[in-house]
Amino acid sequence: MAENAKSGSGLSVLWTLLSFVWLALAGYAALFVAPTEKTMGLIQRIFYFHVPSFWTAFVAIGTTTYASIAYLKTRAPKWDWLAVSSAELGAVFLTIGLVTGPIWAKPVWGHWWAWDARTTSTFVLWAMYVSYLLLRTLVEEPERRALLSAVVAIFACLDVPLVYFSIWWFRTQHPQPVIGDGGYLDPRMGKVLLFCWGALVALFLVVVRQRYRLEKLRAEVDGLRMEAERRAS
Amino acid sequence: MSLARATGLIFAKELRIELRSRELLSTTLVFVLLVLVLFSFTFDPSAVEARRFGPGLLWLAFLFAGSLMLQPSFVRERTNDTLSALRMAPVEPFAVLLGKLAANALFLFLVELILLPIFAALYDLAILPVLGRLVLVLFLGTVGLATTGTVFSAITAQARLRELMLPLLLFPIVAPVLIASTEATVGLLSEEPYLDSVWLVFLVVFDAVFLTAAWLFGEYLFEE
Repeated sequence: MAENAKSGSGLSVLWTLLSFVWLALAGYAALFVAPTEKTMGLIQRIFYFHVPSFWTAFVAIGTTTYASIAYLKTRAPKWDWLAVSSAELGAVFLTIGLVTGPIWAKPVWGHWWAWDARTTSTFVLWAMYVSYLLLRTLVEEPERRALLSAVVAIFACLDVPLVYFSIWWFRTQHPQPVIGDGGYLDPRMGKVLLFCWGALVALFLVVVRQRYRLEKLRAEVDGLRMEAERRAS
Repeated sequence: MSLARATGLIFAKELRIELRSRELLSTTLVFVLLVLVLFSFTFDPSAVEARRFGPGLLWLAFLFAGSLMLQPSFVRERTNDTLSALRMAPVEPFAVLLGKLAANALFLFLVELILLPIFAALYDLAILPVLGRLVLVLFLGTVGLATTGTVFSAITAQARLRELMLPLLLFPIVAPVLIASTEATVGLLSEEPYLDSVWLVFLVVFDAVFLTAAWLFGEYLFEE
């Protein structure tokens, strides 16, 4: 058992180091390997972290939804631990995406926030997951918290396509900035984008694993505390 | 007991409580009225602006009212622990949710119907020619609001700071309803009234999705 834990932590150190190196390489690739975009210039390079942040956030949200459904089915606390760990990271990656977006949009579109369908629905998504995390802090009993937040996570996920569609349809009826016409994409750009996404997913896996362990330890401590109180009384 | 009968009983119970006290309806009515008047103070809209922004203000007022009105739905059951009685009753948990949902939707809908003519008078809007279609939009929007609102009210009733948590959970989820109902109402109140069927279909889809979700996951909210 002890040996297992040891080799487990050795692997985890290795995996953490690997993801950090990957992240550093991704930063190098985004700044030096990818060619400079013709019209937007250097600022376009923020895309190599902006877009993958959202993709990683969607991985996190998918994980939370899956874990929430699994929790309702099995009632195994581990699914709840996974759901909250991944939801927290989802909120973090959404925040990174929502902050890097305006930094790019100001020089290119002329506004920090253009109220386009994608940004706005992502903001609504962010609000849903932040409320999910807030709700979790306001329900004391672990099982009740797991149950209620699982239902909220599932409702939030069901709402995602509806939010996107409603805002998209709403926006297409109103004037909005032109988002570019697709056009030619240098193949190196696509490769760097995927490479950066890989780095963020690796980081996500490292952190979610640690966060999950923390949640598990917390549950253990809570259990022990309750046991101690029961014996004392 | 069949689902329909159990739902009917819960629905009747909610109506009876409300008819005896009339507290929810009267307070919500005054609340929405106040919000509408305050909006008018802050915007001071011209005729064109009233047509363009009035519907949004109306729906925002309904959304605020809903987030307050749905609050007591489950909290009320905690005072005398009547929720445990409901839990023990030999009915499907979904019947409890559905009965409360129907009652909440009805209360909200009534408030909206009473306030609609007052809103029209305050903002000087012609609603008579489009009344039927407007009521349809109100109904569909209210069902969506009441469905998600009742589920979340059952959730927040079990949390601390519930008065704050309900709007926090509810507002992002019902953002699509707000957009769809407002846009449909803007169309109906424009100079040449039209009803965009996209929004109507959208509201029906929203209601169907969340009614189904409530049916699938509602039972988990009542577990002891």
